[in-house]
Amino acid sequence: MKPLINLVEKVKPHFEEGGRFEKLHRSFEAFETFLYVKGDVTHTGSHIRDAIDMKRTMVHVIIALIPVLLFGIWNVGFQHFKATGQEVAFMDQVIFGLIKVLPIIIVSYASGLAVEFIFATARNHEVNEGFLVSGMLIPLVIPVTTPLWMVAVATIFAVIIGKEVFGGTGMNILNPALLARAFLFFAYPSYLSGEVWIETTLQEGQQLVDGFSGATAMAIMTAGEGTMPSDFDMFFGFIPGSIGETSTFAILLGAIILVATGIGSFKIMASVFLGGLAMGLLFNLFAVNDYMDMPAYRHLIMGGFAFGAVYMATDPVSASQTDMGKYIYGVLIGVITVLIRVVNPAYPEGMMLAILFMNVFAPLIDHYVVEANVKRRLKRMKKIRLETQA
Amino acid sequence: MSEEKNSIPKEELFSPKNKKLLIDPIGKDNPITVQVLGICSVLAVTVQLRASLVLAIAVVAVMGLANVIISVLRHGIPPRIRIIVQLTVIASLVILVDQVLKAFVYDVSRQLSVFVGLIITNCIIMGRLEAFALQNKVWPSFLDGIGNAAGYGSILLLVAAVRELFGSGTLMGYQMIPNAFYDFGYVDNGLMILPPMALITVGVIIWIHRHRDRALVDVS
Repeated sequence: MKPLINLVEKVKPHFEEGGRFEKLHRSFEAFETFLYVKGDVTHTGSHIRDAIDMKRTMVHVIIALIPVLLFGIWNVGFQHFKATGQEVAFMDQVIFGLIKVLPIIIVSYASGLAVEFIFATARNHEVNEGFLVSGMLIPLVIPVTTPLWMVAVATIFAVIIGKEVFGGTGMNILNPALLARAFLFFAYPSYLSGEVWIETTLQEGQQLVDGFSGATAMAIMTAGEGTMPSDFDMFFGFIPGSIGETSTFAILLGAIILVATGIGSFKIMASVFLGGLAMGLLFNLFAVNDYMDMPAYRHLIMGGFAFGAVYMATDPVSASQTDMGKYIYGVLIGVITVLIRVVNPAYPEGMMLAILFMNVFAPLIDHYVVEANVKRRLKRMKKIRLETQA
Repeated sequence: MSEEKNSIPKEELFSPKNKKLLIDPIGKDNPITVQVLGICSVLAVTVQLRASLVLAIAVVAVMGLANVIISVLRHGIPPRIRIIVQLTVIASLVILVDQVLKAFVYDVSRQLSVFVGLIITNCIIMGRLEAFALQNKVWPSFLDGIGNAAGYGSILLLVAAVRELFGSGTLMGYQMIPNAFYDFGYVDNGLMILPPMALITVGVIIWIHRHRDRALVDVS
């Protein structure tokens, strides 16, 4: 590792004030802190610093995303060859998936980071690390059939409108990755409606098997036709869907990593699941159609519910900050998701909209939780004062 | 214009002050991007450039005339009922405009539907009547009305151009994005047609405007 440090130290003067590449100072800094924690100290307040900074935090989330990503890559290949009715080896499925998924990831990172670097240079602030995670989340929440240029447009939109206009990472009110998906969803509805989400570009000698539909579980339930995949398939993710959302099992692995490292909030995850389950049960009580009659637990394993609950709702920037607020925020996400899914036929998947909606309300929730706390303590003080006077 | 110039010898027709009245609202005193008035119609009628153009012209006509009329009447209007008088003037002008539109550009008039009538409620018009025409002479009032309406119209057209170009691939109804693009896999952006995108477009215009003119950024 020594040569690397030496290299960084050697080129550093060029990027500092008066150096040849002074303008690129922020870009250089981004790479430097990516490699090593910088040697500077805090200027005010506490002088003890944890070795973990925002970049390290983000890296933990990336690690937690690995199970989902790997499974997603395999599933893309698996679904493709299932649709064409071919029997191929495991590695062939993975390679096919890699060919399809890698370009999306590369495009997402390239376009998003380009915007980030341009803004960091123009505004002279640090390059925001937040995009390390957003850039990985965006490919995972869209179907593999999304054209690459759409991914780029959506990413640029999300980074500029979702983040930079508010002042960069930590200032955004909405989750950028979800905003990218929402952009795609409303801008190019035919690509995101859940009809055909399997890569079905056929090569010579291939053909689709009879009865192939390619519809996601959400689309089947909303349309009321087609056969639902089994619970087993839905839990382990052998179903069509967005790249990362299908396997609840892989997502739970990621959730364990997030909770164990203390990055993701267990309170939010649990309350989202609880809220969804409760709303599903409520619908079961008053069921008048098939969708309302569907077992409540199924809501948790189909579509993007688990993915949203674990990776999206827990985004520390856009979620509620107070403990009580987290419960309210999480439960409402679960409730609204199921509500949108079942009641509104125009939106087959409610997770994205529910989280974005609650992102907007998170500060309000926090405000009232804090207010309530202040009120309670004032009341207690008053009581004590009265007692001491008496 | 030249003969009018001779009739008013005291102040030049386009003195720097009057020019300012006309030009300022288009740039650094824009009713939409700086005063943030009249946003509602920007959200509603900017899907097609043609409709926006017609609405912009209609607003220019109504505002110019309303300012002139109120300015003429300004000494005769009792202050306590001035709002009602202003509304009556604007409403009459809007009815006129509506009839003209129905007679000459019927399809656009139908497309604009209720929004022609809603010119009455456009806060910019009322605002200029209250703030300017009631206190100033006829000619400056006219310039102020035209200037503000043009400032409003320019933003309207800008937003409409962006939304129509990316939302439908056309401008004024003519196809702008070549078919080769579509063959290559380009798809029109459906979000552009939805109202939120108008808000975002206006927001981006305000952003660029303030970035270029630092004096507009209020530091609080």
